[in-house]
Amino acid sequence: MLSYTTRRLLGLLPTLFIIVTFAFFMMRMAPGGPFDSNRHLPPEIERNVEAAYNLDKPVYQQYLIYLDKLAHFDLGPSYKTKDFTVGELIAAGLPVSVKLGTAAMVIAIVFGIALGTVAALHQNKASDYSVMMLAMVGITIPTFVTAPILTLIFGVYGVDFLGMNLTLPVGGWQGGALRNMILPVTVLALPQIAIVARLVRGSTIEVLRSNFVRTARAKGLPAHVILLRHVLHASLLPLVSYLGPAVATLLTGSLIVEQIFGIPGIGRYFVQASLNRDYTLMMGVIVVYAVMVIGLNLAADLLYAVLDPRVTYKR
Amino acid sequence: MADPIFEVRNLDVRFTTHDGEIRAVKNVSFDVAAAECLGVVGESGSGKSQLFLATMGLLSSNGRATGSVKYRGKEILGLSQRKLNRFRGSHVTMIFQDPLTSLTPHMTLGEQIMEGLRVHSHVPREEAEKRAVEILEIVRIPEARQRMLQYPHEMSGGMRQRAMIAMATVCGPDLLIADEPTTALDVTVQAQILEIMRELKTELKTSIVMISHDMGVIAGIADRVQVMREGEIVESGAVEDIFYRPRHAYTKVLIDSMPRLDKAEDTAAARSAIAPDAVKLLDVVDLKVHFPVNAAAWITKPLRAVDGVSFTLRQGETLGIVGESGCGKSTLARAILQLLPRTDGTVVWLGRDLDAHRKDDMRKLRKELQIVFQDPLASLDPRRTVGQSIAEPLTALMPLLSRAEVSQRVARMMTRVGLDPVWINRYPHEFSGGQNQRVGVARAMIVEPKLVICDEAVSALDVSIQAQIVELIADLQAQTGMSLIFISHDLAIVRRLSHRVMVLYMGQVVELADREAIYADPRHPYTKALISAVPVPDPKIERARKRAKLTGDLPSPLDSRAPLTFLKSKIINDPNAEQYRPKLLQVAPGHLVAEYDEVI
Amino acid sequence: MSLLAPDATAAMIDAQEIHGRSLWVDARHRLFENKAAVVGMFLLALIALMAIFAPLLSQYSFEYQNWNVVSCSPDWWPDTTVLCNAGGTHWFGTDSLGRDLFVRVLYGARVSLAVGLVATLVSLIIGVLYGAIAGYVGGMLDEVMMRVVDVLYSLPFIFFVIILLVIFHRNFFLLFVAIGAVEWLTMARIVRGQTLSLKHKEFIEAARAGGVGPAAIILRHVIPNLLGPVVVYVTLTIPNVILAESFLSFLGLGVQEPLTSWGVLIGDGANQMEIAPWMLIFPALFMAVTLFSFNFIGDGLRDALDPKDR
Repeated sequence: MLSYTTRRLLGLLPTLFIIVTFAFFMMRMAPGGPFDSNRHLPPEIERNVEAAYNLDKPVYQQYLIYLDKLAHFDLGPSYKTKDFTVGELIAAGLPVSVKLGTAAMVIAIVFGIALGTVAALHQNKASDYSVMMLAMVGITIPTFVTAPILTLIFGVYGVDFLGMNLTLPVGGWQGGALRNMILPVTVLALPQIAIVARLVRGSTIEVLRSNFVRTARAKGLPAHVILLRHVLHASLLPLVSYLGPAVATLLTGSLIVEQIFGIPGIGRYFVQASLNRDYTLMMGVIVVYAVMVIGLNLAADLLYAVLDPRVTYKR
Repeated sequence: MADPIFEVRNLDVRFTTHDGEIRAVKNVSFDVAAAECLGVVGESGSGKSQLFLATMGLLSSNGRATGSVKYRGKEILGLSQRKLNRFRGSHVTMIFQDPLTSLTPHMTLGEQIMEGLRVHSHVPREEAEKRAVEILEIVRIPEARQRMLQYPHEMSGGMRQRAMIAMATVCGPDLLIADEPTTALDVTVQAQILEIMRELKTELKTSIVMISHDMGVIAGIADRVQVMREGEIVESGAVEDIFYRPRHAYTKVLIDSMPRLDKAEDTAAARSAIAPDAVKLLDVVDLKVHFPVNAAAWITKPLRAVDGVSFTLRQGETLGIVGESGCGKSTLARAILQLLPRTDGTVVWLGRDLDAHRKDDMRKLRKELQIVFQDPLASLDPRRTVGQSIAEPLTALMPLLSRAEVSQRVARMMTRVGLDPVWINRYPHEFSGGQNQRVGVARAMIVEPKLVICDEAVSALDVSIQAQIVELIADLQAQTGMSLIFISHDLAIVRRLSHRVMVLYMGQVVELADREAIYADPRHPYTKALISAVPVPDPKIERARKRAKLTGDLPSPLDSRAPLTFLKSKIINDPNAEQYRPKLLQVAPGHLVAEYDEVI
Repeated sequence: MSLLAPDATAAMIDAQEIHGRSLWVDARHRLFENKAAVVGMFLLALIALMAIFAPLLSQYSFEYQNWNVVSCSPDWWPDTTVLCNAGGTHWFGTDSLGRDLFVRVLYGARVSLAVGLVATLVSLIIGVLYGAIAGYVGGMLDEVMMRVVDVLYSLPFIFFVIILLVIFHRNFFLLFVAIGAVEWLTMARIVRGQTLSLKHKEFIEAARAGGVGPAAIILRHVIPNLLGPVVVYVTLTIPNVILAESFLSFLGLGVQEPLTSWGVLIGDGANQMEIAPWMLIFPALFMAVTLFSFNFIGDGLRDALDPKDR
């Protein structure tokens, strides 16, 4: 298991290398550079600026310089946000995004498992159909629709419920205040709840039909013991393998959510950076995302091995 | 009958499906007395399993049971799950056919045995552990304490089924319902499990319901028998009455179609003698098929599926190949057919050394050498009509045939295998298993091959259907004079068809002899064990038999010592070492036996 | 040995015509019994027809601007506090440039559906070829091809699409390629997995034993049996692609004015929702109905093609 983990971690490096290389050359192929809008600058100054960022050197040299810096965990200066390095910008944005994403994922897992299990236990009954209908809504309606609509309802129109004013702020972060988090986290969590619920329902139904659950029932075990000890463990395994990819989905979702709610996370940085052609910042965000996705995939695989005694990572 | 512990009256089981309601069990009534064994016999679809699942409240959600089931006078049918759980698992317990999927994969054996005990008897953990170890020893699981910490996938099939039995008996039930408990197991392991169950009956005075399709299993253990067919009990009575004085026609069919090892019978092979000047068709020399298997990080070990097998086959001859799961018999078939690459050795077909890389060789081979597979449904493409499936080898190997000619030959072939040519456009899922196997036979026979390999071709079928297909194959052989290689784990079936029989163990031949010799005078201890493990559908004979027993399980085929189980004196005690190869000695003309240690 | 003369046999076969129910016929039967799927097919057909015949359905062109009715509600709008009323001919009201929203939603449907179909087709072709080759050939090639897919999987692809669109300007064709290139990965995995399991099926072995060549095996046995899962996945990919396109358009990276798509319309609507909520609601509704329909059809197809309880 330990050697497996080490090998997987080592396997991360070539993947990262490919990502960096791919992204680097793709951006360099772009017509027009980051300082194109500054065309009115005198030529010397423009040259100086380019020299300061090594943009005057051949592309392959720029690439090697970038790789060298990356090996020392230096993501370089931002082209557009002057006086900040990419590392600093990411250090500011990442905790916000992680907080948002973690909150959404925890909510999604808790509600998703609960809803999915309930639906499976009442397969083809009214409660099952309503959960599945809701899940379908959650999956089909994208975040960029739910976000404005929820904002419209809870932010713009405002909701009074039993005398309580439930109006929520429509934007801003304020250091992650609970009131500010509710709407973005809800928007981010909704599709995930739906996906998790569908996944858990499907696997639970399959487990409930399995022979070993029949054996457990034949042993005369009470329903809650069967559910908790025999069913849940097996039915949550597919969910574990979903967790890796889920993070990726969550990241995409956060691009939109951070944009709409004006949250200073790295997703928003990325969108701005790509619209501004801030290459180094774009690269930095991609590298960080890639590390997170790969790392969490590995974590999910290891968790799977812990939960399923049949899986051994010998290879 | 003195006060029955289990009374079933007018039980009906119905399932609602997409195609309407199915009545799986029809108005069934019977009793089970204390300390008796009731055998319930019937073919697939007879409702025998559903009947007992219904009494235990274990029907799937689309099933419904009506009638009455009483345990010691108390009605238990239709009870809430909570009330039912007072009986289920403690007083009445059940074990199932497939022990791997029937055990929870993520819980250790100990946990699974103890949890029933703790729920029903509320004993403290140490006490539960003690009782679990005791019961594991009763079912003869060695090193019980360590075994308790193992997961089901770490154990062999036989061990798992013993664990299931332990789990079902740990609370001291009055009644144990065993649903085909040995069907998924090899015959030597089956013999061990049946012996354990007999002991449970005599020593613990547990009543047993033994559900089985195998009349031999029933003959060995049941006191009373009831025969089921299409959801009804067609006959029931004491075991001797059922076997020696069957009244219902169906019971007679069941008993008669069961191939028997203990009686000389009119075998198909006996009818078709081989011409003394018959041509040598096939000559297999020292055939080896090894698969690389990942044993540890970066290391692969060879899995010696077939390890140096040689034999010859003459025109019109039938060679039976027997052995238990994992002995390499199916791999051997595929290697001869060049469906798998061979690691070493030669296959000589009509004097010509076959090379899989020569196209014309392969074409000729495919035309003359055909195969019938085990699972009739899996071996037919579900999206093609049976006509298309039968015609396929014809169109592939004889592309010059006209369309009309092809469909004419297909229709003729269908008639010959007992299928109405009217069904030419039907799909496999519209046929029964037996009919699909006829399609499989037709597909193999359509190119008029010289040799057909039947790889467990009847194993997946009910006994009555089995007999029909065996008869069909024998008839076709008599008509065409083709040769057969008949591969099966079932020694009795092999005997019906074969002129010679070859016994495989761990990829090596342990004995090869004429049919009479091998059944009347088996020499190798493995052959002896195999033959004596086959249950005989005759209660008196079956109960009086002395068995040559094998203890323990089959060793891992990755262990190079495995083939030397019967020649322990030559073992080099290292699982990776190159081991001694037992020599085949000729003990009588045409009777080859691998070396073995005399005393085991 | 023949029971009948050859001609008679052939004639008999032609005359009998006892046609079996193929699995496809069975599946179609089950699909049409699934109410949700049938409703989905109906709604989808309706939206597709409306999109195709959009120019015939409205008197306005999708570019026509009427500065007298900017961000005006349809005349049946229940909220009377809105700024202005566009009158009875603008059924969905007008947008912030005074264009008819109904016709723009339908033109948006054209773009969204076209992107959905074309990008899915791209992913289908790449994915099926790649997956089938990897699965059928197997061995080292399979190992290498699947490692490539694994690496690509761990790339944050949506970022690459964004970069691509930023760099090469917003280009309609590129949009297809970019989205298709993301979606083919899953298709390749599904096809490879299916091929691998099919390869070991006894009926493939039987075909090989019957002398059937590899090409014929792929054509006759592998592909028809792959079709089921692929069809299901395709119906579930189309909505994903539509979503991806809308997502990019929402960020301002998709199609450009005066062309439009549902994502663009929803983006505009979100900006205007406080004064003109219909600009958000109608495109969102059309998109949601379309996505629902595809998902219902996909689920229905999966149940129809792979019935567990058979």
